[in-house]
Amino acid sequence: MKKKKVKTRNLVLTLIVLALVIAYLAFLQANSMQHSYAITIVERSCIYAVAAVSMNLIIGFTGQFSLGTAGFMCIGAYVTGILTIPVDMRDQIYYLYGMAPWLHDVHLPLGVALIIAFALCAGIAYLIGWPILRLKSDYLAIATLGFSEIVRAVFGWDGLGPITNASYGVSNIPAFTSIFECVAICAVCIVIMGLLIHSSYGRAFKAIRDDDVAAEAMGINLFRTKELSFVISSAFAGVAGGLLAVFMRSAVTSTFTVALTYNILLMVVLGGIGSVSGSIIGAFLVTGSQEWLRFLDKEYYWSDLFKNLAGTAFGGMKVPLLRNGFRMVIFSILLMVVVLFWNHGITGSKEVTWDRFAAFFAGRKRKKTAQEAKK
Amino acid sequence: MKKKAVALVLIGALAASLAACGSSSGSSSTSAGTSADSAAASSGDNTILFGVFEPKTGENGGGGSQEELGIEYANSVRPTVTVDGTEYTIQLDWQDNQSDKTVAVTAAQKLISDGVVGVIGGYGSSVCIAAGSYFQDAKIPAIGTSCTNTNVTLGNDYYFRTCYLDPFQGEVMANWAIDNGYKEVATIDNIGNEYTSGLVKTFTDSFTKLGGTVVDAETFQTNESDFKAILTNIKNSGVTAVFSPTDYLYAPLLLNQAADLGLDVQWIAGDTWYSNVLIKDAGDNANGVVADTFYSEGGNADFDKGFKEWLNADQSRLSTNLDSDAIVGNHAVAYDAYMVLCDAIESANSLDGTAIRDAIASMDASDGFACGPYKFDENGDAIKNTSYICDIENGAWTYKSTETVDE
Amino acid sequence: MSASYFLQQLLNGLSLGGAYALIAIGYTMVYGILRMINFAHGDVFMMAGYFMIYSMAVFPWFISLPFVIVCTIVLGIAIERAAYRPLRTAPRMSVMISAIGVSYLLENLANYLFTAMPQSYPQIPALKHVYTFGDISVSRVTILAPVLTVILTVVLVMVVNHTKLGMAMRACSKDQETARIMGIKVDSIITITFAIGCGLAAVGSILYFTDRNTVQPYSGSLPGLKCFVAAVIGGIGNIPGAVIGGFIVGICQIAITAAGYSVFSDAFTFVLLLIILLIRPTGLFGEKATQKV
Repeated sequence: MKKKKVKTRNLVLTLIVLALVIAYLAFLQANSMQHSYAITIVERSCIYAVAAVSMNLIIGFTGQFSLGTAGFMCIGAYVTGILTIPVDMRDQIYYLYGMAPWLHDVHLPLGVALIIAFALCAGIAYLIGWPILRLKSDYLAIATLGFSEIVRAVFGWDGLGPITNASYGVSNIPAFTSIFECVAICAVCIVIMGLLIHSSYGRAFKAIRDDDVAAEAMGINLFRTKELSFVISSAFAGVAGGLLAVFMRSAVTSTFTVALTYNILLMVVLGGIGSVSGSIIGAFLVTGSQEWLRFLDKEYYWSDLFKNLAGTAFGGMKVPLLRNGFRMVIFSILLMVVVLFWNHGITGSKEVTWDRFAAFFAGRKRKKTAQEAKK
Repeated sequence: MKKKAVALVLIGALAASLAACGSSSGSSSTSAGTSADSAAASSGDNTILFGVFEPKTGENGGGGSQEELGIEYANSVRPTVTVDGTEYTIQLDWQDNQSDKTVAVTAAQKLISDGVVGVIGGYGSSVCIAAGSYFQDAKIPAIGTSCTNTNVTLGNDYYFRTCYLDPFQGEVMANWAIDNGYKEVATIDNIGNEYTSGLVKTFTDSFTKLGGTVVDAETFQTNESDFKAILTNIKNSGVTAVFSPTDYLYAPLLLNQAADLGLDVQWIAGDTWYSNVLIKDAGDNANGVVADTFYSEGGNADFDKGFKEWLNADQSRLSTNLDSDAIVGNHAVAYDAYMVLCDAIESANSLDGTAIRDAIASMDASDGFACGPYKFDENGDAIKNTSYICDIENGAWTYKSTETVDE
Repeated sequence: MSASYFLQQLLNGLSLGGAYALIAIGYTMVYGILRMINFAHGDVFMMAGYFMIYSMAVFPWFISLPFVIVCTIVLGIAIERAAYRPLRTAPRMSVMISAIGVSYLLENLANYLFTAMPQSYPQIPALKHVYTFGDISVSRVTILAPVLTVILTVVLVMVVNHTKLGMAMRACSKDQETARIMGIKVDSIITITFAIGCGLAAVGSILYFTDRNTVQPYSGSLPGLKCFVAAVIGGIGNIPGAVIGGFIVGICQIAITAAGYSVFSDAFTFVLLLIILLIRPTGLFGEKATQKV
């Protein structure tokens, strides 16, 4: 009886939150001109959330420290970009190399292009996973980082110019028709990964993460399971890359450097390694605060902040520390603090659920009553 | 078996949902923008915003800062515009695009949501190409300063520019090389940089047409700092001149490392190398470098005098200009871009983006510019046929000749 | 292809390889003892470049050189104390994330303190003297780099093989627990390892940047990764192996760029890594079966 009540409560709460989110998105969409900045932040966060969850799948749930995310995003971005740019823009974009004739008139809708990106990344991940996944921890990390750099070089190679436009990248990719399109695709991707993690496959992933010898003894095929996790994670990273290309309306190799991988790793670590909801929260938090904290990058005089200081000697002084780049310093210090003192991140390895919320508040209440009782 | 079925269903669901999302996207690709009027009105009754889209940091930070000086000076000369009898104060909305295409998109979006009337900038073609389609979708006119690549304005009705284009610049430099007896040259191209690649291509085309040969075409990647391998190749090819229209960043590296290798050639570069920093960074190795520029000091006495006074009035301006009051082409084109936007607003007599755009497109003005007159062709490029060639002699940029190409 | 052209390119490769080798030694020593990739090592090397710029503004070069080396060592030890020591018992993934975090912090800190604009590296006249032999001309630093690398390596190998300190280091890398039981102060050995690694990175940075003239906040990250690859190629934990790996990576990079494939100059290093890991996971000179890769 009580369990049922809790379930209905959870369902109602979920629906309310969903309705609020949709209402917010609809509001942004209706006033897209004034809120184009907010829209970019929401879209970018959603796309990074997909990338973060996909990275979490391999790092957090399967325990394989793979840093190839940026490479797969690069593949996804170029594939999506090349297939979706309007045919009449192509000659102008490929003015240096001329587009390959067989590709010139191939134009696909975004959804199909993303599926092709998904499939291609899955295929490549399958091929390279075969040798690479036999490596362990640090070696796997450096090998996947290396793979990511190789991908960047291949796409930047002028020999492939007629297909990829080399490192000039493809531009003029049609934008999302509305914020809903972007958010919906991201939501679908995350839900699929979430379902996978909660299936028996997901349990096999976690078994490998926690103790691979024991997992093998339980009859889990170590290599096949790792490979599955790697393939799915990479494929969704590819989709995230494709979405990022549509979002930026261009795909260039210089976007997909090691720094991008580190940035996504930051989201995963901050959110909580081994938690889907943690990664989503991490993605929104990092992307959002990187924008909100922009004021840290601007130089201010004290009189700008406190109007009554205007004219005084103090008011004419600059606010110390605030200067271009300070935002990222604060950010990296934050990351180090999380890594060193709070290595569970925001959510730890558990998911955010209504029950946890309830328990969180109930726990507080209980503590309070306990304290009062003491008095 | 069950697992496989679940997996198949999942993949099927993904495919279906993505396809459903995708099929609706094919039809219309641009979001409808409302007129800029309403947005502008929200930022205050009698102030309007001009967006400044320049790199303050990153590889082009130096050039961007110089253009910002030009814009700031223009703003001090002409702080208001009059529309419909109302005088509007112009406020500048500075957004740093960090010379980075990804940041450029965010900066452009910020300008759009701030409700700017028009955008000025910027330095470097790559960032302008990345941001251009956003300005077009939002129907906000943008006036490029020193983005010389063809693709900035091509196919974009809302992007204009006050500088000349790469095909013209490439032709000018090819003419100069031939006129000065360099029949065989090497080129250095930065793969991934539209400015450099575009210029190398047009230079090579014109140079070959004029009877010269590009003996050695070398390339390097963005952010490279070791040029010894390619410079050794050039040395081995035995050419006497090198065309290297790279971003400024690479100029001192190339010159210094060439000196280490004993490579003694005539360096020919584009407008980016025309900077006083080069003399500071490369010292004696910079002597003899030839570059072209949009404007050479002495071209417009009023502008020179006013700008120098303004620069010298504030120590921080001078230090931004590397402690010198020398005027470079970037100051002039940035100043002109601001003036073009003001003129267009007044002649359109409206703050509506489309009206301003039309006014720029039909503009034919000659007064109040540093290197005018201004008239724009159907692509939105200022019609210009003059370039100033300068070289470094005894540690200072020296005017050499004026090159004209008839179209 | 003339002989002088070949020789000139070879010199370019050797001088780059020399600098790489010095950085690779730092990776290989730290990995040997802590079993972790010190992702921040490349950024320590970049910071050493900035230290040089600022110390040359105040001191003459013969004071600056030791000063920069000392500063870099202090920085390396500080990083070890603050970011790695607290995680000694944590899972390896946490240590790796911490190392990436330090690298991120150093890059952003450099970006903030010294701006993203590349800064020109001070020229030490003694190092920049240009020699000309027929068609070939080289600066003194180009010749000095490989020579100095070889000398430092020989000294280091002697220290590791023939002193008490070296014995303690070897004991730590074989088995830390046992080493501790035998009365070796493992923490101080680790500190000394970091100090040696960072000192060599500082020397490497002087050779590298004098040749390249500019430093910017990201100029350490890719050379850092490449030097780790060099260490893996030579067999991780093996000092002469790291040096040879460094030379291989440097010469390959110059050869590929000279052949006109500059786009693959970075990627090739990683291709080399993958090949080595698949064929001979312990590297060219690594001890067999010291650990499961």
